[in-house]
Amino acid sequence: MTLRYGPVATAASVAHLPLVDLSGAGVNQPPGHTWRPTRRGIALRAAAPVALLALWQMSASAGWISTDALPPPSAIVSAFQDLIASGDLQSAIPTSLARSLVGLVLGASTGLALGLFAGLWRVGEGLFDAPMQMLRTVPFIAMIPLFIIWFGIGEDAKIALIYAATIFPVYLNTYAGVRGVDRKLIEAGQVFGLSHFGIAVRIILPTALPSILVGLRYAAGVALLALVAAEQINAQSGIGYILLNANQNQRTDIILAGIIVYAALGIIIDIVMRWVERISLPWRPSIVLA
Amino acid sequence: MSLLSPDRIHSHPVQPHAPLVEQPVSVALSGLRRVFGDRAVLDGIDLSIRRGEFVSLLGPSGTGKTTLLRILAGLDRADGGTVKVAAARSVVFQEPRLVLAKRVWQNVVIGHKRGAASRRHAIDALEEVGLARHSDAWPKTLSGGEAQRVALARALAKEPDLLLLDEPFAALDALTRLRMHDLVAQLWKRHAPAVLLVTHDVDEAILLSDRVIVLSGGRISFDTPITLPRPRQREGRTFAGLRKQLLAELGVLTTAAEALA
Repeated sequence: MTLRYGPVATAASVAHLPLVDLSGAGVNQPPGHTWRPTRRGIALRAAAPVALLALWQMSASAGWISTDALPPPSAIVSAFQDLIASGDLQSAIPTSLARSLVGLVLGASTGLALGLFAGLWRVGEGLFDAPMQMLRTVPFIAMIPLFIIWFGIGEDAKIALIYAATIFPVYLNTYAGVRGVDRKLIEAGQVFGLSHFGIAVRIILPTALPSILVGLRYAAGVALLALVAAEQINAQSGIGYILLNANQNQRTDIILAGIIVYAALGIIIDIVMRWVERISLPWRPSIVLA
Repeated sequence: MSLLSPDRIHSHPVQPHAPLVEQPVSVALSGLRRVFGDRAVLDGIDLSIRRGEFVSLLGPSGTGKTTLLRILAGLDRADGGTVKVAAARSVVFQEPRLVLAKRVWQNVVIGHKRGAASRRHAIDALEEVGLARHSDAWPKTLSGGEAQRVALARALAKEPDLLLLDEPFAALDALTRLRMHDLVAQLWKRHAPAVLLVTHDVDEAILLSDRVIVLSGGRISFDTPITLPRPRQREGRTFAGLRKQLLAELGVLTTAAEALA
């Protein structure tokens, strides 16, 4: 070490340490600069989907693929126009949404109640946790034949399927959220004179809410998935009915339109759930700053 | 609390400047034992603290300081002996332990009945620690020192006869710690609860306390009054002498102690 630094260096012979120049990193950017999509960036992102749509349309016009197997985008647009003109779509969407919403509300409340019971009380954990953990591994789609035998092919079977599918995400996340509350916070609650009920309502529930909402958001997605499966059971109304009808009439354009509606519903539900999270968790800085 | 069910001592109205001997007892321990496995962490503790008395508890790590404090708080149980503590008591922990999902003022009155008066009460307590303007903030937006002051306000809002401080300054930076010392001394003077401060910091103990206790081998091995006039400075021969004596009691070698001084 002594050798390396040597005797006191004269100005001319100062050895240079290799310094890394980091000044450039933030120099040319105004403070608080964040990445914003530029026009070029947007064009770049849109390029591939647009090219794909164009290719799809072109291959149909050029006769490369059978329009019966894969109708071009223009045909799907006109299928949408027909569905709206006949009023089928307008009546189908509320029907389907109501199905998934009823199933979701019932399933989520059951999951929430069981999750809280198992999370807060040892008795609840003993009673419900093991069976819930076993049942959750059963794929709900495998239950369809059984549900048809139990509930018939009417609305009941559809709601029951959505119900069965949405209990578990809410249960698991509620239970984990409640159990994840820091023991130290509960002690503080005890010291400051809170009853068991007070600790549950004023410390555990608010602290576990983010996790519960994750469960709810996941359940909302699953509700839509279950809706699609449920509507394959002899639907008399709803988007599933449109799909079944189209299937019998070999109308691939309408089938594709129905699939697009399902996808759009999924996106809308996710946006709504994010919004619910945002307004019910104002204290989470990650969300406040986002 | 029902877990421990210590006999409660009901405090009587206290004359503001009555001498300590006339003050009601806030803590009365005799022959307290706490055993973990086959090791007695606390083995025959006798201790009495009166209202208005500031006692610091020193001791090497693992000597059961925190266990003793937790027993007094009602968070742990004694295995033997008698434990009598004031019913109105509160704790400031090493970490703030605030509910992040509740606003600052709601944290301050977390154990209180909800009502219009509780917000007023919370803001009054926050005023005392200089944080009234943060009463509607979320705990995550506070600095470490501010969060710890909220914890102090929460402890005071309960108007305790016994205030238990479990290394409340340990996680703070040096400057914030000095400010907290002043704040605690000031609030103690105003409200005059019995205070038990668990700490590793000998200077802190001398600066703040009426009495310093050293715990070792499961017993109180040293118990000395601090009679320096307040407000205290870290200077002077008496202070240095006390520091040296306490460090020796804690088993710190004299050379190290002198280096520290």
